[in-house]
Amino acid sequence: MNSQLVYKKAYWMAGDVWVLIVRSIKHIYKNYDQLLGLTIQPIMFMLLFRYVFGGAIVVDTGTYVNFLMAGILVQGLAFGSLTTSFSIATDLQRGIIDRLKTLPIASWAVMMGHVTGDLVRNGLQAFILISMGILVGFQPTASALEWIVIAVLIVLFTLAISWIAAIMGLLAKTIESVSWLGFLVIFPLSFASSAFVPTETMPAPLRVFAENQPFTHVIEAIRALTLNRPVGNHLWMALVWCFGIILVSIPIAGYLFRRHGGR
Amino acid sequence: MLSTQENAIIIEDLKKSFKNLEVLKGVDLTVRRGNILALLGPNGAGKTTIIRILSTLLHPDNGNVFVNGFDIKTQPQEVRRSIGLTGQFADVDEYLTGLENLLMMGKLYHLSRSVITRRTEELLKKFDLTEAARRPVKTYSGGMRRKLDLAASLIAYPPIVFLDEPTSSLDPRSRLNVWETIKKLLNDGVTVLLTTQHLEEADFLADTIAVINDGRIIAEDTPGRLKSRVGKERLELVIKRQDDFERAVTVITGNDLSHNSAEKTVSLAIENGVNEIQGVLNQLAESGIEVDTLTLRKPTLDDVFMHFTGLKPDEGRNEAA
Ligand SMILES: Nc1ncnc2c1ncn2[C@@H]1O[C@H](COP(=O)(O)OP(=O)(O)OP(=O)(O)O)[C@@H](O)[C@H]1O
Ligand SMILES: [Mg+2]
Repeated sequence: MNSQLVYKKAYWMAGDVWVLIVRSIKHIYKNYDQLLGLTIQPIMFMLLFRYVFGGAIVVDTGTYVNFLMAGILVQGLAFGSLTTSFSIATDLQRGIIDRLKTLPIASWAVMMGHVTGDLVRNGLQAFILISMGILVGFQPTASALEWIVIAVLIVLFTLAISWIAAIMGLLAKTIESVSWLGFLVIFPLSFASSAFVPTETMPAPLRVFAENQPFTHVIEAIRALTLNRPVGNHLWMALVWCFGIILVSIPIAGYLFRRHGGR
Repeated sequence: MLSTQENAIIIEDLKKSFKNLEVLKGVDLTVRRGNILALLGPNGAGKTTIIRILSTLLHPDNGNVFVNGFDIKTQPQEVRRSIGLTGQFADVDEYLTGLENLLMMGKLYHLSRSVITRRTEELLKKFDLTEAARRPVKTYSGGMRRKLDLAASLIAYPPIVFLDEPTSSLDPRSRLNVWETIKKLLNDGVTVLLTTQHLEEADFLADTIAVINDGRIIAEDTPGRLKSRVGKERLELVIKRQDDFERAVTVITGNDLSHNSAEKTVSLAIENGVNEIQGVLNQLAESGIEVDTLTLRKPTLDDVFMHFTGLKPDEGRNEAA
């Protein structure tokens, strides 16, 4: 293959991915009740923990809301990323996938579109959540550089969960089953973590799990960065987990996608 | 070896099974360039499976398949560039508007911006969707969705188009409307393979009808010949008065005449459609004979099935299951 052809192919592929990203971004605002739901739910959680449970929880971060912010944010991002499984399952069950697959394009571009759509939606959601947090007393002390690191973490974590969500969307037999499948995965990971309470009070086996699973590392890294505390190994562990998940789940999702429909 | 110059679609000994279920049991079929072939068969006959294999969505277990001269097994990308597919269930994006759907398809086919604009306008107009173009597809009726679906598969001027039950779930008016648009397609020299469960639809649209049952093509012919092999349309007239009836028997001319004096009915085979019916009615009117009721009995898919399989369509399926 000569270099000009390679160049042309790459150009087309990038164009295809872009067209499908635009499609997914359009879904965000055309389906704004979904965005609304995805944003309101973590806000409700934040108010619940801030005002109802917060008083009874002892933390070492000054106020509880300072502790809570990172947990709420990561849980919100994780549930937000599940939209990918929903979008992919919808594409598969409703049939538009057949049309997209008969186009002369790389078929994984469709998944790229949805995952990137999640990224945009989660970015928006993170901004709204942090602003709400500040309204109810969250006092971040992060420097500009630390905010950039937080943003990178948000992006990587979203990508990691979105690709897992893509796999769930591909495995789901119906659109309805997608929501409980996602719930089954995200619920334990986000509650058996340091999102809402310190892990010290958990029984030993649970504590071992909670302290070593990816959500806790991402939460602890963001928490330390926002509050100007030592990050320890959490940042590195968070990055390793996110990259690891992304590297493993993309080829699996690609394989499942090609196999879909009995090929 | 069949010529890929003359034939847009060539299928030889195509077989496909899902697990233990043998769905296609050796299908041979060719479609000449510029022709419309209707694949007529009941639920579960294997129509969608054939379409999915032709459009590279499914791998065959056995057989050679060429689409626009390209082998589906070794040249899937070339096949994809040659075809437009309208699947059995509308394949459009619910959240986008009709216009956005078409623009997106045009971009994914790598058409130039000016071609996309021109083609989109042209198709929206042709399919009567210009007014609804800026509304989300969610708000479309079934017929509008179907038409948008057709438009989307035509955006890149494909030389070959697959339509899987293009009028299923449409009301009679929308059905007619979709038929007319498909007919117009043919003026552009496009090759069409469509599937249907209605003989009437195949008859209206196709140059050739292939009847498929239980994974095999059991008959292939022009609509006219196929119908005459099955049995013709029959016009049945009930005459009002007994003396008129006796005169009617002598006045009416036509093929395959029969009459029943007790029920005062006269029936005859109709070969030239409306004109012939008009002729018969004129003859009766001129002789002052009053007609009580008039019915036109068309051969149905059931008749075709019973003729070629000796079974009712349901029986055929049960036996296969
Ligand atoms: N992916 C699949 N896995 C298992 N069985 C399948 C699959 N796709 C089709 N079948 C079976 O193959 C048979 C033929 O299906 P196909 O969809 O080709 O029929 P059809 O002629 O299009 O019917 P209809 O008129 O209902 O659309 C059916 O018995 C169907 O259950
Ligand atoms: Mg079908």
